[in-house]
Amino acid sequence: MSTLNAALRVMSMLGAGLLLSACERPPIDTVQRGFRGTAMVEVYNPRILEGEQEKNVVPAATPAAPREGQKASEVYQNVKVLGDVSVAEFTRLMVAMTGWVAPQQGCAYCHNLQNLADDSLYTKVVARRMIQMTQHINADWKAHVADTGVTCYTCHRGMPVPAEVWFQPAPQKHALRAAGNKMAQNTPDAAVAYASLPYDAFNRYLLKAEDIRVNTSTALPTAPYGSMAATEATYGLMMHMADGLGVNCTYCHNSRAFAPWKESTPQRVTAWHGIRMARDLNTTYMEPLTDTFPPHRKGSEGDVAKVNCATCHQGAYKPLYGSSMLKDYMALSAAGAQAALPPQPAAGAAPGQ
Amino acid sequence: MAEYQNLFTQVQVHGPLFPGVSTGRDDRERVGTPTDVHLFGRLGDAQIGPIYLGWFGLASLICGFIAFEIIGLNMMASVNWDPREFVRQLFWLALEPPPAHYGLSLPPLNEGGWWLMAGFFLTVSILLWWVRMYRRARALGMGTHVAWAFAAAIWLYLVLGFIRPVLMGSWSEAVPFGIFPHLDWTAAFSIRYGNLFYNPFHMLSIAFLYGSTLLFAMHGATILAVSRFGGEREIEQIVDRGTASERAALFWRWTMGFNASMESIHRWAWWFAVLCPLTGGIGILLTGTVVDNWYLWAVKHHVAPMYPAVFGTVVDPATVQGAQP
Repeated sequence: MSTLNAALRVMSMLGAGLLLSACERPPIDTVQRGFRGTAMVEVYNPRILEGEQEKNVVPAATPAAPREGQKASEVYQNVKVLGDVSVAEFTRLMVAMTGWVAPQQGCAYCHNLQNLADDSLYTKVVARRMIQMTQHINADWKAHVADTGVTCYTCHRGMPVPAEVWFQPAPQKHALRAAGNKMAQNTPDAAVAYASLPYDAFNRYLLKAEDIRVNTSTALPTAPYGSMAATEATYGLMMHMADGLGVNCTYCHNSRAFAPWKESTPQRVTAWHGIRMARDLNTTYMEPLTDTFPPHRKGSEGDVAKVNCATCHQGAYKPLYGSSMLKDYMALSAAGAQAALPPQPAAGAAPGQ
Repeated sequence: MAEYQNLFTQVQVHGPLFPGVSTGRDDRERVGTPTDVHLFGRLGDAQIGPIYLGWFGLASLICGFIAFEIIGLNMMASVNWDPREFVRQLFWLALEPPPAHYGLSLPPLNEGGWWLMAGFFLTVSILLWWVRMYRRARALGMGTHVAWAFAAAIWLYLVLGFIRPVLMGSWSEAVPFGIFPHLDWTAAFSIRYGNLFYNPFHMLSIAFLYGSTLLFAMHGATILAVSRFGGEREIEQIVDRGTASERAALFWRWTMGFNASMESIHRWAWWFAVLCPLTGGIGILLTGTVVDNWYLWAVKHHVAPMYPAVFGTVVDPATVQGAQP
């Protein structure tokens, strides 16, 4: 009898341990943001946040370079973007980009060292387009990035390929057979934070422009609208957004009524623009580069790496906790931005550093 | 010294096994010689048997097995028949209803056809089991309260999987068969229809659900507390109140000013339990068919409180002139 009791106790201890193994231990911090009693709070695990700090440290900016002097396009050949930038600033930016994107590989990651102007490496062609993309984001998507802006580092963080990109999910072969159709859901997938929701949300909303809104704006039914399947797909995108930003639903929504804007926080407006920004970047910049990338950089469906919320945010409510790197590299703020800025004295910086 | 306990009984009394009261007929509906199982005795009565399945029970089990196999084999196929992946993904796997564009038509097998078939066999299985339950109660000369309580649960099941999808004109409105998927469906259902918590029938259902647990706890605690006076013989005490019943009654008059009777507490419990799925089913039935957005419905009828706009005015950017599409 006592053996049985002991065995049962050990079993239940093991069972309890197994059940709780995925839980985070208390204490958990909550930060109230909305009106009292409405559960508009952000929930944080301080131990996880602590580990996130170092991921969001901005590398020190190199000393500013003078904006006067010869333009990069006058000195170097084949400068198609940033040609209006001074040679000093251009060189400074090239060095900074190397540190942001290819610190291990160095200049040779993009350049043929025998002839820096040569476009034979695909990385150089992509990098040029990415500079244009960065300028486009900073100039035309202020509704999302404000004056904080983005630089290469916002996504790359010292890696040639940003840690968070997405590819088209491989089609499930059983969808075309007699049984076992998952209908692109019901799979533990990081894209939907391991929910069983449809995992093709990026394709639906960040590449195609499917309707994200699932609620009707009248209390009673009028015309047929939406579906449960569409709702689950939207839910999948929202799981990604919460996961990618390290926030709860309540960062943007009052969960008592997800749809009405007057119940929502201003962050929802920023996020709304962010969804459109990701879509714009994917269709205008990433997809046209498909043929430029070599096969080993593409997904299993032969598609190019694409952008979602986590690409920049990487688990933070604002990328790099909102520190602006752009202010030190204004050449990236818009096409031709450098030329438009008033000349400034180089503060103790040697040209061409 | 070991003592008799009500739960997880360590002392088990063994006497001659009893096949149950005679129903006055030939008693052929009892198969096998009863036997004792010690482990069962720890949780309830140790006696197993005699058993009886009958044609309804047999048909129900077969239909239930077919539904279980359709669901399970589809799940198994969906992970390419890999048993390790089946175990790893089991909580995520599901058999999904047809996509919306099929409406109420018969879809291909792998696009919801299997779901329809599994749903059919599961429903037949449940209904046959209900018939069996009803007939077993009648055979023993009992009331049919258990069958009707089961019917209340079947009502909610049918509303979710059959009646409401038919009224909405699409099987896609129904619930998938799967562990996480049906939970995600439930959350998505509330989101799609503007928050089910503003649905008054959902509110009633929750009240009856929590009420059921409260009543169960109160009643269970009361009977255990007076079992030292023979309180667990509560049915006898309906007609012959003993000291256990008297003490329990006074206890509740002392603590809440009023007491149920040994009979009425069971009616309370039965109605609370039954009304939980009955009202819940009505709430689901009205969702999407009669009311499309419960939050807006609650605003319209002054149910939802308005809170100060602490975030200032937030405007839908899609309505702002010149916004990106």
